[in-house]
Amino acid sequence: MGQLFSKKNKEVFSTPIGSMNNPVTVQVLGICSALAVTAKLEPAIVMGLSVTVITAFSNVVISFLRKTIPNRIRIIVQLVVVAALVTIVSEILKAFAYDVSVQLSVYVGLIITNCILMGRLEAFAMQNAPWESFLDGVGNGLGYAKILIIVAFFRELLGSGTILGFNILNYNPIKETGYVNNGLMLMPPMALIIVACIIWYDRSRHRDLQEK
Amino acid sequence: MKTLRNYLDKIKPNFEEGGKFHAFRSVFDGFETFLYVPNTTSKTGTNIHDAIDSKRIMSIVVIALVPALLFGMYNIGYQHFLATTGSVGSFWEMFVYGFLAVLPKIIVSYVVGLGIEFMVAQWKNEEIHEGFLVSGILIPMIVPVDCPLWMLAVATAFSVIFAKEVFGGTGMNVFNVALVTRAFLFFAYPTKMSGDSVWVSGDSIFGLGGDKFIDGFSGATALGVASTAVTPDGYMPFSWDMVTGLIPGSIGETSVIAIALGAILLLWTGVASWKIMLSVFAGGAFMAWIFNVIGPDTAMAHMPWYQHLVLGGFCFGAVFMATDPVTASRTETGKYIYGILIGVMAIIIRVLNPGYPEGMMLAILLMNVFAPLIDYCIMQNNISRRMNRAKLK
Repeated sequence: MGQLFSKKNKEVFSTPIGSMNNPVTVQVLGICSALAVTAKLEPAIVMGLSVTVITAFSNVVISFLRKTIPNRIRIIVQLVVVAALVTIVSEILKAFAYDVSVQLSVYVGLIITNCILMGRLEAFAMQNAPWESFLDGVGNGLGYAKILIIVAFFRELLGSGTILGFNILNYNPIKETGYVNNGLMLMPPMALIIVACIIWYDRSRHRDLQEK
Repeated sequence: MKTLRNYLDKIKPNFEEGGKFHAFRSVFDGFETFLYVPNTTSKTGTNIHDAIDSKRIMSIVVIALVPALLFGMYNIGYQHFLATTGSVGSFWEMFVYGFLAVLPKIIVSYVVGLGIEFMVAQWKNEEIHEGFLVSGILIPMIVPVDCPLWMLAVATAFSVIFAKEVFGGTGMNVFNVALVTRAFLFFAYPTKMSGDSVWVSGDSIFGLGGDKFIDGFSGATALGVASTAVTPDGYMPFSWDMVTGLIPGSIGETSVIAIALGAILLLWTGVASWKIMLSVFAGGAFMAWIFNVIGPDTAMAHMPWYQHLVLGGFCFGAVFMATDPVTASRTETGKYIYGILIGVMAIIIRVLNPGYPEGMMLAILLMNVFAPLIDYCIMQNNISRRMNRAKLK
């Protein structure tokens, strides 16, 4: 058991969640979906969790197969595994959370093209044992989910005045002061600017992240 | 004047290294160089400086904006009295009303913008850049009179930070800062920035003017009318009010004559490029004429080309926004291309996109992006031409 949570494994798990090697803010992967699904908090959470599950399990599967996959066709094998998992998640969402799956529309299917997945498979699962790969997948998925949730929180609060659909800013006393929800927050450009602000904050806090 | 200089010299040591107000060094420096041309010279290398520095250039632009601003104030009052009492008030009543309506916007824009500039300068240990001197007066002039102050503050802060400071401050920005402010307001708070009800103020200020619109009042701008018209001849016919500027619109943009006065000053002093101004008008006139002849069967396309040029923000954009030396093309041939494309784009957006009755803002922002590319192509072209010439010998 001690082996399972060694210092190295903890690092594999925690660095992508923190700001030092976050898949979105440092590796700058998965930006497209961070712009597309973050207008509301709920789809962002579901999207983050779906990506976490798919990254974790595709990492495990590929890690088991890593010694038997011929090098020249490895991308196709990886895609088959990811596509299978994406289809499973998509069907589960349609069955149990239909409204959210409608909101996410094509973006669940497009997880297959999410750069984070292929990046982790190529960079980590092909060289490491299943348990480490699983931790790496969960860590990267949660790091991605974290950014999505931060972005979606601000976009939903300032754009629609709600959090998870609950009314926060749309009450009459607030409206009477002349407050109006910011329509730009609901458009993708603002997601990019919020992601940029998170990167700005991280880089000013950690000197290591800045280029020399 | 002498006493002011002496006073500045007297308090200066307080702001230098070790002085008790060292924290406000950049603020002092900003004011001192604003009042007097600095007498510092470059420490290294040989440099050729223009006789006037950029703070003096900025001041000329601000002076050029004054006619349009004063007329805008008068027009705000004029439109207000016409809309609430049905008749015009006395000149001073109308001017003071407009003055009181516009002044808070100018103050908010300068306080927020300069506040951020001062903070950034202090934090980075730099001098204060002078760029906001012009942006700060432009911002209140390109918004409708009913735009709430807090929105103006949010938009100004957004554009100073994200359109200017992150790119490296004055002189490094890709987009015109004042236009980014307007674009932010336009997309974030569309109900307060477009439509029929924002261009004329309906509230009385300190008891001046009425506080209710008279029956049958419509505050639509001429472009708004044309964009929503259902018949091809549904646009407002040309009237001289469109030239003098006694029509609803953003605060500073309505009067062609007042803007022309500013343009004369800018061209006479050589601050703005006549090539850009001329080509914006040429491009706009050309495109509007094309639409007149072969355009779609809508009121916007049928509006005569000269009317397109005097309405909306076309003149204001051409004179004060497109000629911004930082965001425009810098090569001489590039200026023609840049200007013509702005004029063409503005009319295309007006005519073909019914959602945006005014295309000037988007056209200039779009061409701001392409200005470096235009310059690059012109310079590459020059280089290869000269290379060929060198080879032939």
